[in-house]
Amino acid sequence: MLNNIIAVLNTTLRLATPLIFAALGGVFTERSGVFNIALEGIMLIGAFTAMAFSYLFGNPWIGVLAAMGAGMLIAAIHAVISIEFKANQVVSGTAINILAVGLTGFLLGTMFEHAGQSPSVNKVAVLPIPGIKEIPVLGDIIANHIPFVYLALLLVAVSYWVLWKTPFGLRIRAVGEHPAAADSVGINVKKTRYIAVILSGLLAGLGGASLSVGLLGIFVKEMTAGRGFIALAAMIFGKYTPQGALLAALLFGFADSLQMLAQTIGIDFIPRQFLIMFPYVLTILALAGVIGSATPPAAGGEPYDQEE
Amino acid sequence: MQKKEMLAVEMINISKEFPGVLANDSVNFSLAQGEIHALLGENGAGKTTLMKCLYGLYHPDAGEIYIKGKRFNVTSPNIAIENGIGMVHQHFMLIPPFTVAENIVLGREPRKNGMLDQNKAILEVEELSHKYGLNVEPRAKVQDITVSMQQRVEILKTLYRGADILILDEPTAVLTPQEVKELINIMKNLTSQGKSIIFITHKLKEVKAISDRVTVIRRGKVIDTVETAGATEAGLAKMMVGREVVLQVEKGQAAPGEIILEVESLKAKDERGLPALTGTSFQVRRGEILGIAGVDGNGQSELAETLIGLKRPTGGKIVFNGQDIANFSTREIIEAGVSFIPEDRQKRGLVLDFTLYENLIMGQHYRPPYASGININYRRVKKEVQRLIKEFDVRTPGEDILARALSGGNQQKVILAREFDREHDLLVAVQPTSGVDVGAIEFIHNRIIEQRDNGKAVVLISLELDEILSLSDRIAVIYEGEIVAIMDSEEANEDKLGLLMAGAGNRKEMGGGVE
Repeated sequence: MLNNIIAVLNTTLRLATPLIFAALGGVFTERSGVFNIALEGIMLIGAFTAMAFSYLFGNPWIGVLAAMGAGMLIAAIHAVISIEFKANQVVSGTAINILAVGLTGFLLGTMFEHAGQSPSVNKVAVLPIPGIKEIPVLGDIIANHIPFVYLALLLVAVSYWVLWKTPFGLRIRAVGEHPAAADSVGINVKKTRYIAVILSGLLAGLGGASLSVGLLGIFVKEMTAGRGFIALAAMIFGKYTPQGALLAALLFGFADSLQMLAQTIGIDFIPRQFLIMFPYVLTILALAGVIGSATPPAAGGEPYDQEE
Repeated sequence: MQKKEMLAVEMINISKEFPGVLANDSVNFSLAQGEIHALLGENGAGKTTLMKCLYGLYHPDAGEIYIKGKRFNVTSPNIAIENGIGMVHQHFMLIPPFTVAENIVLGREPRKNGMLDQNKAILEVEELSHKYGLNVEPRAKVQDITVSMQQRVEILKTLYRGADILILDEPTAVLTPQEVKELINIMKNLTSQGKSIIFITHKLKEVKAISDRVTVIRRGKVIDTVETAGATEAGLAKMMVGREVVLQVEKGQAAPGEIILEVESLKAKDERGLPALTGTSFQVRRGEILGIAGVDGNGQSELAETLIGLKRPTGGKIVFNGQDIANFSTREIIEAGVSFIPEDRQKRGLVLDFTLYENLIMGQHYRPPYASGININYRRVKKEVQRLIKEFDVRTPGEDILARALSGGNQQKVILAREFDREHDLLVAVQPTSGVDVGAIEFIHNRIIEQRDNGKAVVLISLELDEILSLSDRIAVIYEGEIVAIMDSEEANEDKLGLLMAGAGNRKEMGGGVE
C-alpha cells in the first residue's frame, strides 16, 4: 500500500512537470494582459523540436535549447499578431494550435516515414542529488528524477520572485491591469507585453521538451493531448500566481498518476476510458469551482491602443 | 528668447486632427511660472487633446512646444516627465490592486540588488506627502481608498517624478464641495512652493475660485486668454459657448399629485457581489422631481439599474402605481410605464452602429405602430421617427445615419425622444447631461421640467450638484447605499448637501424626511 502511495506521488511529480512549465508561461503572458491559448501548440512544437534535435545531434540538451528557441519563435508570432496587429488573441492562439498539429505531423512523416511516432532518441538522464535519496519515504518521492522536475520547481520560485519582487514584475502586472496607466508613467506597454509573451513561449517550449526528451524519449503524434490547456486551467485555478499554478499542476498530475495506477493494478470495475477522462473532468470541476473567486488581470485580452 | 524663459510652457500654433474632427486648430497657449491657469471649454472643445499633446500622449500634426524656454518634440510621456511635466488624468491612471506606494513609484522604482525596494518606496512617499500636505496611506491598496485620496495619489505620482508643471484634467468632477475646497488649498500650496498648474475644467465657478488666468477654447480654437480677476462668469460662459447662456434654469412651482413610486428598504449588490444598496427608501409623487445627490459609487448606478430591472434587488420593494415591480423584467417595467435615461448613453442607451430610426424604436419595435404581426413596418417607423427628430431638435442630416456619427448632445436627444414619447408615468434620469454641450444641457433640463409639469414623476440621479439643486423639487442624499436625508430643495444648499454626501451629517438631526 505504502509503495503504491509513494509510486503515485513520485509519478505525480513527473507528470506535473510539463504542466508546471506551461502554467508558469501562462502566468507571465496573462499577467501582462495577453491571452495565449497557443501554449498547447507551442508545447507540441517544443516536444517535436526537442526530439528532432536530440535525434540529429545525439544530445538531448541541444534538443532542449532548440525547443526553447522554437517556443520563443512561435510565441513571437502570436505576440506580433496580438500586440502589433491587435487581432483577436483567441483566434490567433487557435490558429497556432492547429498549425502545430499539422506542422509536427507533417515533419514527423517526412523525417521518419512513420505516421504515428518517432524512433527513440537520447533523453535527458536522471539527476541524482546526493543526500536526498536517504530521507525516509520523502526520498523515494523526490529523488532520482530527471532535471526537468527540479528545474520546474526552481522556476516557480524564480517566477514568483520576478513577478512580485522586481520592478520588471511590477511593470508586467501593471500593463496587464491598466495599460493606459502604465503608459502614462512612461512604461513601454508593447515591449513589456512582447517580453512576457515570448517568455511564455520559452517556458511552454521547455514544457514540451520535458515530455519528449524528458519523460518518454520519443515523440508521438499530438502527444501533448491537451496538456497546454490543462496548464492554462492550472494557472487560472492557481489564481494567476506561480505558487498557485504549481499546486494546481500537482493536483492535475496527481489525477493523471492515479488513473495510471488504476490501470496498472487492474481496477476493472471502472472502464479504462473513464479513468483516462479523470484528469480532464477534474479540470472542468476545478475551473467551475474557481470561477468568480479568481480575479483575472483587468486588461486581459485587450490590445492596447495609445491614441484612443 | 528673453520672454520665453519666463514661461513654464509655451505652445504655438498647435493643430491636431482626428478622423473627421479638427480637435485643435492652431492653438496658442502659455503658462507662466507659479500661476494657476484654467483651460476652460465645453466637453469636446479640445482642452484635453491640447494637454495630451503637451504630455506626449498625442502627437500634434503641427506646431511648436517650448518647455521653460526650450523647444521640445514631445513624442512620449517620458520626455514630458523628464522635463518636469506631470498630468493628473480625468479618469485616474491608477492600478486598483496595487498599493499607493507601488502606484506612485511605478516606472521609476527604487531598487536594491535588482529588487524593488518597497521600504524605500514607502519612505519616499511619506516624505513627499508630508512636504506638500497631501495625506495618503502608502501601504493601502488603491481599490480600498477614497476617490479624493486617489486624486492625491495621482498628484504625488507627478511630484515623485519631479514635476513642477502640473496638468489637472477636470479634477473636481469626482469630489464633494468640501473636497473641492481642500483641493483648492492643495493647489495654492503647490504654487506657493514654486509649482505651476494647468487646470482643465468646464465649471465657471471653479475658474473664478482658483485660477490666475483663463484660456477659453471652443471647437478646437482659442477664443481668448484673460486675467480671471477681470472676468465675469457670464462673460466666460459666452466665450465658451459662443452665445448668451441662461445659467439659471427657469422653473415654476411644482404641483405634486399622488404617490407614483415608493421604494422600500431596497437592497442590491454591486458587480463584485458587495452590498451596494443597503436599505434605500423614498417616495416620488406625480408632478415632482426628486433629485438624488451623492458622491459617485454610493449606490446610484445600482439604484437606477434595479428601478429599471437591469439588476435584481436582493431585498425590499419597488411599488410603482400600486404594484411591486421589484422582480419584473425590464420589458415588463417599461410596459408598466417607466422611462429611463441611462448613465452611459453609449453603452446602455444606444446601439452606436445602428441607424437613428432603429435606435429610436428600440424597445417599442415589437408593438404597434412600429410592428404589425412579426414584421417591422419601416415606412411607418420612418414617418414617426421624422416627427421625433423634429420635436426633439436632433441635429442630423437624416434618420438613416448611424447613431455613432452624432455629437453627445444629439445622441442624448435621441434617447430623450425615445423615452419621452412612449406612455409612461415615471422617468428615471441618470446623469442626463454628462458630456453634452451647454446648448443641449439647457434643452434637456427644460424637457425634464416639462415632464414634471405634464404630471410625470421624475427621479433625477446626478453627480452634478448644480444640476440637482436647480432641477429638483426635493433632494435625497445617498451615502453608502442608503438615503441619509431628504429635504425640500429650498432648504438645501451646497454645503449642507456636501457634508451629507461625505457621510458627515448626523442622520437624525439632518434627515428629517427619512421614513
